[in-house]
Amino acid sequence: MSFTHTSHPKAAAEFVQNTNRMNWHDEALWFIRTKRDRIAQTVPDWELLRQQASEIKAHTLSKLDTYLQQFEENAIANGVTVHWAADAAEHNAIVLKLLQKVGATKIVKSKSMLTEECHLNPFLEKQGIEVVDTDLGERIVQLRNEPPSHIVLPAIHIKKEEVGQLFHEHLGTKKGSADPQYLTNAAREHLRQKFLAADAAITGVNFAVAETGGFVVCTNEGNADLGAHLAKLHIACMGIEKVIPQTKDLGVFLRLLARSATGQAITTYSSHFVKPAPGAEMHIVIVDNGRSTQLGREDFRNSLKCIRCGACMNTCPVYRRSGGHSYHNAVAGPIGAILAPNIDMKEYADLPFASTLCGSCTDVCPVKIDIHNQLYKWRQVLTREGHAPAAKKAGMKMMASVLASPKKFSFSGKMARRMLRWFPKLAVNGTLNPWGRQRELPKVPDQSFREWYKQHKKETK
Amino acid sequence: MRVALFVPCYVDQFYPNVAIATMQLLQNLGVDVDFPEQQTCCGQPMANGGFEDYTAGCNKNFIRSFTGYDYVVSPSGSCVLHVKDHLHDASNEAAATTVRTRVYELCEFLTDVLKVKQLDVSFRGRVALHQGCHGQRGLQLGSSSERMLPFFSKPMQLLQMVKDIEMVPLLRGDECCGFGGTFCVTEEAVSAAMGNSKISDYMQHNAQVLTGTDMSCLMHQEGLIRRQRLPIRVLHIAEILCGNS
Ligand code: SF4
Repeated sequence: MSFTHTSHPKAAAEFVQNTNRMNWHDEALWFIRTKRDRIAQTVPDWELLRQQASEIKAHTLSKLDTYLQQFEENAIANGVTVHWAADAAEHNAIVLKLLQKVGATKIVKSKSMLTEECHLNPFLEKQGIEVVDTDLGERIVQLRNEPPSHIVLPAIHIKKEEVGQLFHEHLGTKKGSADPQYLTNAAREHLRQKFLAADAAITGVNFAVAETGGFVVCTNEGNADLGAHLAKLHIACMGIEKVIPQTKDLGVFLRLLARSATGQAITTYSSHFVKPAPGAEMHIVIVDNGRSTQLGREDFRNSLKCIRCGACMNTCPVYRRSGGHSYHNAVAGPIGAILAPNIDMKEYADLPFASTLCGSCTDVCPVKIDIHNQLYKWRQVLTREGHAPAAKKAGMKMMASVLASPKKFSFSGKMARRMLRWFPKLAVNGTLNPWGRQRELPKVPDQSFREWYKQHKKETK
Repeated sequence: MRVALFVPCYVDQFYPNVAIATMQLLQNLGVDVDFPEQQTCCGQPMANGGFEDYTAGCNKNFIRSFTGYDYVVSPSGSCVLHVKDHLHDASNEAAATTVRTRVYELCEFLTDVLKVKQLDVSFRGRVALHQGCHGQRGLQLGSSSERMLPFFSKPMQLLQMVKDIEMVPLLRGDECCGFGGTFCVTEEAVSAAMGNSKISDYMQHNAQVLTGTDMSCLMHQEGLIRRQRLPIRVLHIAEILCGNS
């Protein structure tokens, strides 16, 4: 599923309009954030662990080419076939060719944000290939013909009653039933058929270990394993930033990942794949799709440290109240807002502004990405590259000239206060001024501080 | 010790009482404060809007205003953070650097430089504290709930020196209020929703007064409070600490 473009403020305003749903969404994610806090507190030296993770990633990014080649070499030695894709189109073409070679028409796929980013599903479906997302949340959004709204909790925006209705329509569950246990069992039954019938399995990759050529896939449902073990063909798709140097580094990342993501000590399954089973094929597709460009942007390089835990979304007060779809990108939230403009500045020029720069994302991030600083920097880049609205530019220029001059500032301050006192309704109730829709303006004082100071200078000394 | 008062532009124009309280508070503590009258603004409104390139004039004026002081003190964590992070001048970077390192938010100036241990003031009421995000996370005026470090809060430390004050606990003490500069108008819907969440937290805890380190966050929340006619009074922390409120 891909997005039709609506700017973040507009989509967010629609989301906010349904106050009950917004509050419910906010609470659901805040609950996960607090769960994360509680479990992080139990880890001695949590901050040190974050630091370590951040440094391992920084080191890896500084020698990414070396580690990727080492990974490839070792994977090949293990009997795995490695493919390189420069962009989404190449990635999709490679996957299609591999499937066609064995005549696969029924595919099961576990969670992979990369394949979302490459829009693999619609591409394969056009070729007559059935792709079933086997992560429960992903299956739910797939049946609704929607993209995921969260990288870890793809269906977090959907209430259980809606899932009940959806499953009633698609899987024949009892009408009106919203019992999570019942619905999960139904999904399990449904997916089991799909697993058994599948010709090939596609998985994502959480960590690719350079020193062994093996890779780790983390799930809570075991769906990656079931798919990969049953099918004769396993294709694992990964971005170039997924590589880590050594197996022992997993001890750092696995401790951080599930705790940050869902407040669990560890994901239920952390499956290590090394080589194909006898008689089966294993392929890895390593994808760039803009990542090396981001690596070259010094200010934004660190965004490639991301381990896709989703903690920055759970903590983001804007995300919680605007929903993942308002970001119109495969990866939503604060991290999405610094990754997306790298791929298309024009399309995603709104995202770095969908933030108050409160910095909660930066403080929660397990690999210490300075997310809010990068949002600030993207704003500057986007403006310089001409992606700011003309009216805003003119306004800013005017403001800059007033604020650069003490005289102009005093004068316009006085005028503004006078205007507000004379025509308060102008500023407050007009639809022209969004401030006044739900907020009063400050009461206008008779004097500015500087005017008061001029009068009282002598006495204050 | 030569101390200059840096009054954010919107405080100057709309909240003169906050600047007066800040000045009096410092004077009560024996500090001789100057208000350099040619000051205007730190440039944050342009920079956060993506127009950092337009702040050169503003920066020059800021540096001209505040050069020569040992300390520059301001009742705004957000503006101070902006100066610390982004005040530059290509033609005189040394002067910019000096100002950047000498600028302090009011509370941290009190706790870290003046090392205030007691305040001879009292305040009656149930008070909720909103530590603005830029002060709290940016300037580290307080620990943030995301990080697993021992709790501390400079504003709270000062408020606890006030006699008779009753600080109320909050459910989401360091959640952003949704002001965010231009964000408050470009993302009006989310901004107001965020502010309303904060306010319902205060109401649930029967707070009578809302205070904070940043008048911008407070202006936004006060706007919502007044529109809804809620019984919460909004005061900048300087107004409580100076004892005149
Ligand atoms: S940016 Fe950090 S917090 Fe956000 S998903 Fe990536 S690793 Fe997690």
